[in-house]
Amino acid sequence: MTENRSLPLDFQHVSKTFSIGKRTIEALKQLSLTVEENSITALVGPDGAGKTTLLRSAVGLYLPNTGEIRIFGYDTRQYSDQIHALIGYMPQRFGLYEDLSVAENLNLYADLHQVSMTDRQHRFDDLMLMTGLAAFTDRLAGKLSGGMKQKLGLACTLLSEPRLLLLDEPSVGVDPVSRRELWRIIQHQVKQKGTTVLLSTAYMDEAERCDKVVLIDDGEILAQDTPEHFKARLSGHCFRLQHARMPYRQLQSRVNASEDIIDSIIQGESVRVVCKQTKLPDFPADIAEHLNVSPAEANLEDAFISLLRQRHPVTHQPPLQINQIENSKNHSNDVIRVEQVDRWFGEFQAVKKLNFSVKRGEIFGLLGANGAGKTTTFRMLCGLLPVSNGQLSVAGVNLRTAAAKARAKIGYMSQKFSLYANLSVQQNMDFFSSAYGLKNQHRKQRIQWAIEQFDLKKDLTSNSGDLPLGYKQRLAMACALMHEPEILFLDEPTSGVDPLARREFWARTNQLAANGVTVLVTTHFMEEAEYCDRLVIMVQGEVMMAGSPAEIKQQAITAECPEPTMEQAFIHLVEKKQS
Amino acid sequence: MKISRIRLKGLVFKEFLQIWRDPSSMAIAFVLPVFLLLLFGYGVSLDAKHVPIGWVVEKTTPTSESFMAAFDHSKYFENHQYANMAEAKHAMQYRKINAIIHLRSDFNRQVFKQNSPAIQIIVDGIDANTARLISGYIQGTWFEWLTHLARIKGIPLSQPVSIQHRIWYNSQVLSKNFLVPGLIAVIMTLIGALLTAMVMAREWERGTLEAMIATPVNLIEVLLGKLIPYFILGMGGMLLSIAMAVFLFEVPLRGSLWLLLLCGVLFLLVALGMGLLISIVAKNQFVAGQIAIIVTFLPAFILSGFIFDIGSMPEVVQGFTFLIAARYFVAILQTLFLSGDVWGVVLPNMAALLIMALFFFILTLKKSPRRLE
Repeated sequence: MTENRSLPLDFQHVSKTFSIGKRTIEALKQLSLTVEENSITALVGPDGAGKTTLLRSAVGLYLPNTGEIRIFGYDTRQYSDQIHALIGYMPQRFGLYEDLSVAENLNLYADLHQVSMTDRQHRFDDLMLMTGLAAFTDRLAGKLSGGMKQKLGLACTLLSEPRLLLLDEPSVGVDPVSRRELWRIIQHQVKQKGTTVLLSTAYMDEAERCDKVVLIDDGEILAQDTPEHFKARLSGHCFRLQHARMPYRQLQSRVNASEDIIDSIIQGESVRVVCKQTKLPDFPADIAEHLNVSPAEANLEDAFISLLRQRHPVTHQPPLQINQIENSKNHSNDVIRVEQVDRWFGEFQAVKKLNFSVKRGEIFGLLGANGAGKTTTFRMLCGLLPVSNGQLSVAGVNLRTAAAKARAKIGYMSQKFSLYANLSVQQNMDFFSSAYGLKNQHRKQRIQWAIEQFDLKKDLTSNSGDLPLGYKQRLAMACALMHEPEILFLDEPTSGVDPLARREFWARTNQLAANGVTVLVTTHFMEEAEYCDRLVIMVQGEVMMAGSPAEIKQQAITAECPEPTMEQAFIHLVEKKQS
Repeated sequence: MKISRIRLKGLVFKEFLQIWRDPSSMAIAFVLPVFLLLLFGYGVSLDAKHVPIGWVVEKTTPTSESFMAAFDHSKYFENHQYANMAEAKHAMQYRKINAIIHLRSDFNRQVFKQNSPAIQIIVDGIDANTARLISGYIQGTWFEWLTHLARIKGIPLSQPVSIQHRIWYNSQVLSKNFLVPGLIAVIMTLIGALLTAMVMAREWERGTLEAMIATPVNLIEVLLGKLIPYFILGMGGMLLSIAMAVFLFEVPLRGSLWLLLLCGVLFLLVALGMGLLISIVAKNQFVAGQIAIIVTFLPAFILSGFIFDIGSMPEVVQGFTFLIAARYFVAILQTLFLSGDVWGVVLPNMAALLIMALFFFILTLKKSPRRLE
């Protein structure tokens, strides 16, 4: 007991259950965890693993059913006042008062923490300097960009100079540049003030910067270690493959069939695989013959995927059965054509002279920071917003004259998975199929197809609102494909979805593309840009860069970064543009 | 739990900034009261004036002329003549007239005869309230005219009754004098319960409370941080309403202004208590708004005696009104405005309000979540 007194955080055999509807969910199962002073610990794990419950329990917002939680020796059951004086907590959606200005939000939190007037000014100055918000102190918080909001939230949390900082996905939905700034602030706090940090994250590069990484799944800790040790577990297991005769997508699905391949992703024009052994399995001759193999460095995600795979073995999905879209061989056929498109909102120009075209069967990415004009472009392409100037044609139909006709040919899946949360899975499918005008036998067939292809059978009667995020995403995609669209629009389809579900999602998307469906996708996850055939990066309404992932990375090669990742390339190019 | 002045100041200041910047709460606090007062002060009238009356006179004589003239001179009626009953009935069906007075050809002879109906009156009963008023007015005018006629002709009146009305407290029987004071209770319910429930639910909805609970702030401070601003807003609404009542609508204020304000404070505390309690149950604005309207605003409108007399409700409903805080305040308001400091009425009602305020606050404190579950 006494030696534990100084530990910033100490969970001993903590269990926590919730009941949602008829189901009881064990969010934490006999979980024990300690965090050392002046360190950064990352919580990673699939969606619904219990990360948020763990953090909320540490703050005392939830009380454990059994077990004990101590923060600097104070039990959360009895000493919430003492604990709240020592910690800073930033929930996933930090509750900024959007109708208050930056300065007013800071003042409120300074008041709540009783920061004296003498300390206040220099802390404000420090934080404003660090966050780069000094120029915006009079702006309403609601008018800040996503990245700036998160920085302001962090600043409010840091005002009291907490000794333990608890951050719940501080960088979710934040663009790479702001993400890096947030991270700088956190590290500065640890170095200068001796703060201890526990944070949850979906980004592996963030977890890699921590002293300790805790992988949780299903309310239990699967492993905890330093990032280096995690990576060391798989060193020698990773390879990069290229095939002289086979397109990389085909190569990926072929090598995936092997039992000894734990994971495979597309990187540039090659396939990166993680093997069970330290050597590649024996592939069939037609693969092995023209295979070009180079070793790759293991990363954290490899380690987590391999650990998670042991608990959640790959459900070998049947290959997606879809009707081939006609003309799929005619690859010169532009399905989407955007020419000199402008969009004004009053005085503000959201999209400036946009030009690009997408070929049939292509996966085309639209990347950019918050507010770069991605969503506006998307809405125009779906015929939800008219263009101010320029020409837009989708599936050979001019959107100015025949938006409804074009819409019948597109499927749309949005970030928020626009499903009816209080309808069951079956009812959602019934609704969407009838909304797309499917009738009688055809409708029945399509619904049956969706149930089989997306493995929805066992959840047909559950309310879609109670499903885990990965399932919701699957259902949303099934609904978007109900009417066999030629073009699929995916708006941040994987935001907040865990790596396993993300892989499943991309495997499906690849199959769709291989069958001639054109896919247009926006994403924040830069490594997902690797799945695209071509992409454009938008900055402030303009296309800053266009090309294949390899071409774009090529442009960001510098002396200190000879082999940039997509994310590094993005940050480099954005900063070059802004300076 | 120690209350920190700095924290409380911060919370109250924040709330005022939010009220100031949010057009919808400004509208509920200031525009809606003015709108309601104007509507009830000018637009809604429970008095019958210029009621269109259809006449069917079978034989015109000086007596019938004189009888019709009695109605013509009254500001309550407006005469329309029809040739026969069928036409008059048709007009009533189309709601052109509210009543028919039928004088038969023997009207002249029948007038002074005992126990025989000299005139036939048909009143449109669709709106029961107005129907009663109209039939009352018509009878009154009839008796007046009859008395007058009897005196002139020196004929002893067969009807022995002579009614003399004297109406106290609201001698002109103006409905606005009784509606406007009651309306103050409705307006304060709106600010105290509806607005408070909605802004508290907003904090749940936007996740601002989760971040706040993790700071050293304590429950009493959070509750006071809501109470103080909306208390001030509610009292502002009350002063505005009193000023409009007295200066614009010229409703007499016969009791003491200070006693009125004191009762207002008590009632506002009850309303705020209800608002906070609702917000603990309802964590989104839509549900909070619905509950607040159904359990506070509508009862204040319908069951408080503000428009409908509690005494004439069915007994079950009457019993139910004892649970409605507005009932006590409406009684106080109508008494203080129209009759004066009648302690026997004011004190028991004040006591009821005090008990309700204490009840809601204790319940709110007990029910308030210190955690997320």
